[in-house]
Amino acid sequence: MQRRPAAFNANAKEALLDADLQRALGAAEAGFGVKRRKAITGLPEFDALCDQATAIKDHVLDHLDIYLERFETQVFASGGMVHWCEDAEQARQIILKLCQSVNAKMVTKGKSMVSEEIGLNPFLEANTIHPVETDLGEYIIQLADEPPSHIIGPALHKTKDQVSALFHEHHPAIGYPDRLEEGEALVGEARAILRQKYLQADVGITGANFLIAETGSTVIVTNEGNGDMTQIFPRMHIVIASIEKIVPTLEDAATLLRVLARSATGQEMSVYTTFSTGPKRRNDADGPEQFHVVLLDNGRSELLGGSQRDILRCIRCGACMNNCPVYMAAGGHAYGATYMGPMGSVLTPNLTGLKQAQALPFASSFCGKCESVCPMRIPLPRLMRELRSDAHAARITPVRERFWLALWSWVAQRPELYHALTRIGLGVLRLLGRGRGRFRWLPLAGGWTATRDFPAPQGKSFMAQWAKQKRPGA
Amino acid sequence: MSSAKPKVALFVTCLVDLFRPSAAFAAVTLLEAAGCTVDAPQSQTCCGQPAYNSGDKADAMALAVQTIRALMDYEYVVVPSGSCAAMIRHHYPDLMAGDAELAAQARALAAKTYELTQFLHDVMHYKPDAAASGNITYHDACSGLRELGVQAQPRALLQSPILENDDGETCCGFGGTFCVKYTDVSTAIADKKLDKFSATGATIVTGGDLGCLMHLAGRAARRGMDLQFRHVAEILAGDIQTPAIAGPEK
Repeated sequence: MQRRPAAFNANAKEALLDADLQRALGAAEAGFGVKRRKAITGLPEFDALCDQATAIKDHVLDHLDIYLERFETQVFASGGMVHWCEDAEQARQIILKLCQSVNAKMVTKGKSMVSEEIGLNPFLEANTIHPVETDLGEYIIQLADEPPSHIIGPALHKTKDQVSALFHEHHPAIGYPDRLEEGEALVGEARAILRQKYLQADVGITGANFLIAETGSTVIVTNEGNGDMTQIFPRMHIVIASIEKIVPTLEDAATLLRVLARSATGQEMSVYTTFSTGPKRRNDADGPEQFHVVLLDNGRSELLGGSQRDILRCIRCGACMNNCPVYMAAGGHAYGATYMGPMGSVLTPNLTGLKQAQALPFASSFCGKCESVCPMRIPLPRLMRELRSDAHAARITPVRERFWLALWSWVAQRPELYHALTRIGLGVLRLLGRGRGRFRWLPLAGGWTATRDFPAPQGKSFMAQWAKQKRPGA
Repeated sequence: MSSAKPKVALFVTCLVDLFRPSAAFAAVTLLEAAGCTVDAPQSQTCCGQPAYNSGDKADAMALAVQTIRALMDYEYVVVPSGSCAAMIRHHYPDLMAGDAELAAQARALAAKTYELTQFLHDVMHYKPDAAASGNITYHDACSGLRELGVQAQPRALLQSPILENDDGETCCGFGGTFCVKYTDVSTAIADKKLDKFSATGATIVTGGDLGCLMHLAGRAARRGMDLQFRHVAEILAGDIQTPAIAGPEK
């Protein structure tokens, strides 16, 4: 599978032939769908909450500078530091400097998509600092040396058997010789290994689901508690978060939390919701000595004034991909980017440039289910359509597609010519078809007939028949 | 509504016009039975949706203007496709937003444009004389379902129990040009849908959008599945003589 969005089609073909992946996706699709529906039916005010959540984020995006500065002030007041980073390189360098300042050899990490976005793990490795992922899914894919295939279920593409084999490949060397098959046993083994890491780590790095301006707090949600241990035991806690994660108040964070878990896993709340405010205080029993927040822009502020702004409301629940037929067929790796599914098909071209990523906004049937399940009311099909327009205007869509489309549109704008040409076209098909109801192959229609028969036209067009007699036999 | 018969323009849609005129004739039959006079203006071609969804706004606008002019003088516009009807109802006003006069015309057209079953049921309060027969399942095409809320209307008109699949709100993978651009993904999505249809025990799959039906029928034929695909207008008009979509190979 190629790590570039331009390879989406080739990647998807490969994914469709991968029986393990298809089994994993099938289980995920069924599970996510049922759980989300159940959670939402159980909360009659869910729609109203989504409206409220959407309004909160819209308000924040209108006043992002103010809230970011307020957040910084509050972090500082509670004894922490905020580091502003324009791009991925700056963020990597700051994090490296912070790690080096405490002579870090090993860092534990909570789940963070922004860390994936900036390619933090390979960068730390290259600088002789060993990152250890502590979210079970992230731990699995770190062993497999793969990127996450889903924003909340990074190892969603793996079956239990694959995880069992993977653990048995890596764990005997660190004192776990037996191959385990049961889910609970596999989790137990990973937990035992990770427990040691928490205690040994010099720095703990987590992401943030929300940053709260009023208190300078960062918020993470997890189901494993790994985030808490990642950030509490080491001397230094680094939070890496993108600027749009900010919310004004604790109350606002609570509103967003109520829609987040329900939309994501179908839980009412995640098992752990952790608020971090500054380092350990004088009378605290535990906590890090240093608290740093690395704030990443990486192209987001440029979206603020434009037509793609709505994507900045995204709270990374994953509902759009869980309900996307394309994602559930091709899997997350096919997108060849950090972010996948409908939100990724919008965000990736906006962050990395449309030229490399123009295949992604086209990787949608525009069925609209993503928009219908998005708790933040992001009009994903509209945003993808706008990116398609930009790609068309920049002439970076495939030449062959532009040619056929232009020809069709040119003819369709000349009704008399259109009706004359379609008459000829239908006549040719009639000759080719010789009474058949369908074609197994047609010239220039390989994109259709590779996998589908092409239904033969019935005969003359409706418009031709209507013009002649207004009704057959009338 | 005045006592005179409502004057309806049938916007045939390019797919029905070229591949399935029987669905358009069935629509005419139904509209007349519901008490309308029907015309199909010759200046209509394509609604512009392929251009619009491919990012070609200029051609989409030109086709939208042409379609608006072809249809604006009628009392109602009825479309045997949820997707093309939604293009006119939702996307024409967006497309024309930059030009006040065209935007007003687009909004006026949008307000009187309906998907066929939506119009028959919601506006004309029409009820066919007989319930549809056979083991029928219904494919809710996405645009009609999510952009127009078409779901109850075709079922009410069919008046017979529908063998529902357990994933009715999921796409069939057609998606217009998507189905030839990403053939394999589109086909994989169709296969899931076809298996769901098969599991209902239905022998007839009907729906309001010919694009989805051609895609599904073509795939089912390639797989050798024993399913018939028909536009809902044909079933409602009692036309079961016409061979099904992608019907017998010879």
